[in-house]
Amino acid sequence: MPEPIVIVEDLKVYFYTYAGVVRAVDGVSFEIYEGETFCIVGETGCGKSVTSRALTKLIDPPGRIAGGKVLFKDRSGRYINMLELDEETLREMRGKEIAYIFQDPAAALDPLYTIGYHFIETMRDHGTIRSNKEGIERAIELLREVAMPAPEVRVKNYPHELSGGMKQRAVIGIGLSNMPRLLIADEPTSYLDVSVQAQILELLRQLKEKRGLTLLMITHDMGVVAEMCDRVAVLYAGHLAEIGPVDRIFMNPLHPYTQALLRAVPNPTRRMLKLEPIPGNVPNLASPPPGCRFHPRCPYAMDICKRERPKMIEVEERHRVACWLYAKR
Amino acid sequence: MPGHPLDRLSDAFISLIARVMTRVNPKWLERNRYKLEEWRLMLYALNRSPTGIAGLILAMGFVFIGIFGPYIAPHSYDFSYIAATGKYKLYWLAPPGTGGAILGTDDLGRDLLSQLLYGARISLVVVALVLPVGISIGVILGLLAGYYGGAVDEAIMRVTDIFLAFPGLILALALTSALTMRIAYAIANNPWLTSFVSAVFALKPSDALNIAPTLAIIVALWLVWWPGYARLVRGMTLQQKGNVFVMAAQALGMSSREIMFKHILPNILGPLLVFMTLDVGNVILVEAGLSFLMGGQIKIPEWGAIVQHGSQYLVNGAWWLLIFPGLAILLAVLGWNLFGDALRDILDPRTRRSIEFR
Repeated sequence: MPEPIVIVEDLKVYFYTYAGVVRAVDGVSFEIYEGETFCIVGETGCGKSVTSRALTKLIDPPGRIAGGKVLFKDRSGRYINMLELDEETLREMRGKEIAYIFQDPAAALDPLYTIGYHFIETMRDHGTIRSNKEGIERAIELLREVAMPAPEVRVKNYPHELSGGMKQRAVIGIGLSNMPRLLIADEPTSYLDVSVQAQILELLRQLKEKRGLTLLMITHDMGVVAEMCDRVAVLYAGHLAEIGPVDRIFMNPLHPYTQALLRAVPNPTRRMLKLEPIPGNVPNLASPPPGCRFHPRCPYAMDICKRERPKMIEVEERHRVACWLYAKR
Repeated sequence: MPGHPLDRLSDAFISLIARVMTRVNPKWLERNRYKLEEWRLMLYALNRSPTGIAGLILAMGFVFIGIFGPYIAPHSYDFSYIAATGKYKLYWLAPPGTGGAILGTDDLGRDLLSQLLYGARISLVVVALVLPVGISIGVILGLLAGYYGGAVDEAIMRVTDIFLAFPGLILALALTSALTMRIAYAIANNPWLTSFVSAVFALKPSDALNIAPTLAIIVALWLVWWPGYARLVRGMTLQQKGNVFVMAAQALGMSSREIMFKHILPNILGPLLVFMTLDVGNVILVEAGLSFLMGGQIKIPEWGAIVQHGSQYLVNGAWWLLIFPGLAILLAVLGWNLFGDALRDILDPRTRRSIEFR
């Protein structure tokens, strides 16, 4: 059993806005094991991206990390709390230990610089290369690794001269340029054509195998989850609803929200007559419902759901759920 | 696509750049092919804007005269026909065209044309000293405020507000009168400063002291010029900061300084350049206005001072002492404004698309 590379304990990220305190992530705990692909799924605005950015404290005001711990296993095997590091050490960690890939590859590249310059810039900052010439050579190597056609030409191109898929390949290459151990992909395929999506997912899988990366995927696409992930965390309105191995989540969803989510998308593992939308909307996180945040939309809501927040309960091996339905067993 | 008569000239200019840069660095052309093509299209767009061309000519004319004016002037700025010829009656407020004085003379018999040509140098130096400093301060503070936000933003922008709340011209006037004597002392006590100032402003060393009010105006303008830029740059920084590539750069571990100067600043440079161009005219105008209000040093051929001094002799019918320096100020300011307007249309891809190519 591999050790966790990241342990998140009771993470809280609050946004202090004029409309009140938005509790975007409110007491989320999970761990990511070395070498696995971990997915965070949930609807828009449930705190997926904020959670992933909080791992390296990439939260801009008015957001603030209001509590919790992010323990990251460094190369010597010790766990360090990312949230207590000073800005300079964090900057060192970003890109070198934990790298990000954002959803819109067109926006993630500065239109004024060539692809090669993006590589050089990030590698120079982390001392990975000594000269620009070495940087270009490394960039071409990396572009070849991410299966970019004609890397020698592409390295000199500007972002607008590449297609969406090529841009995402370049972004992945840039993310890998400082040999990070954890790669966070925030909806890496949402902005791409369906045919390109499959290629990019395949590429991520290959890179993970080859480099022994740990992959954290943020997605709302259950298809991507089924395709890629080893373990899944289901997030709802800033609370963790359910966490478990991907086959258990699909075969035996415990939380009513997970069940509803799976009924709302085509599911290859079971026969479905029709897709059912989840009634209602994601609550406003500035004034979330008390107790379990899903209770206004939950068909099994009980009295206790409205009063008290359910604790995480391990129902099966490594399969935990935060729901009062399972509390008495 | 070329159809305009000036397009040929633009093509020639572009290929000249290409040839010169290739000589400097053989790989330059390969790397900047797209940039060059972009420049060519910008020039084509400029060719289709008559006001832009007029502005460019006037603006470049101002710079040219500012640099070479003192050398092409028929006389020195302090040359007096009266002193040289002794013909007091002829050369006292001589109208344009009188015996060699193309634009006429003033009450001391000095050649107005020469004075205006020397005056262009003073205006150019003022612009060249005021704008870079004012802009640098404003850009740096604006970047810091916009990028860091929070308390830093609050502190910088409140100071900016205080500066903006003062009427700029009054503040500059007060500063100018407070600083003039100190600067005059400094020039009088430093021989190297004397020779430096006289060389830069194309004046005789004996007149270097009299430029002190102008130098005081420059210092005053530094203080009143940056707040506008700080605000402008802060706004543009906030806009750029929302870009994913800024977040991506942070996520890759780039330092704030690098993100500010390598990703945000280059991306706001276009609009900033337009603003700077429009501002050249403002500096000329404000400087002329201040030197007019300060009473004007009679020994210094400053455009504002010439107008101020000449206005006393309007009762004697000496209209040329007002009209010609006024015209010089007008053309320089108008030129930069027209050029700035055209530049804005050309640099912004959205408006550039609306320019009709025939």
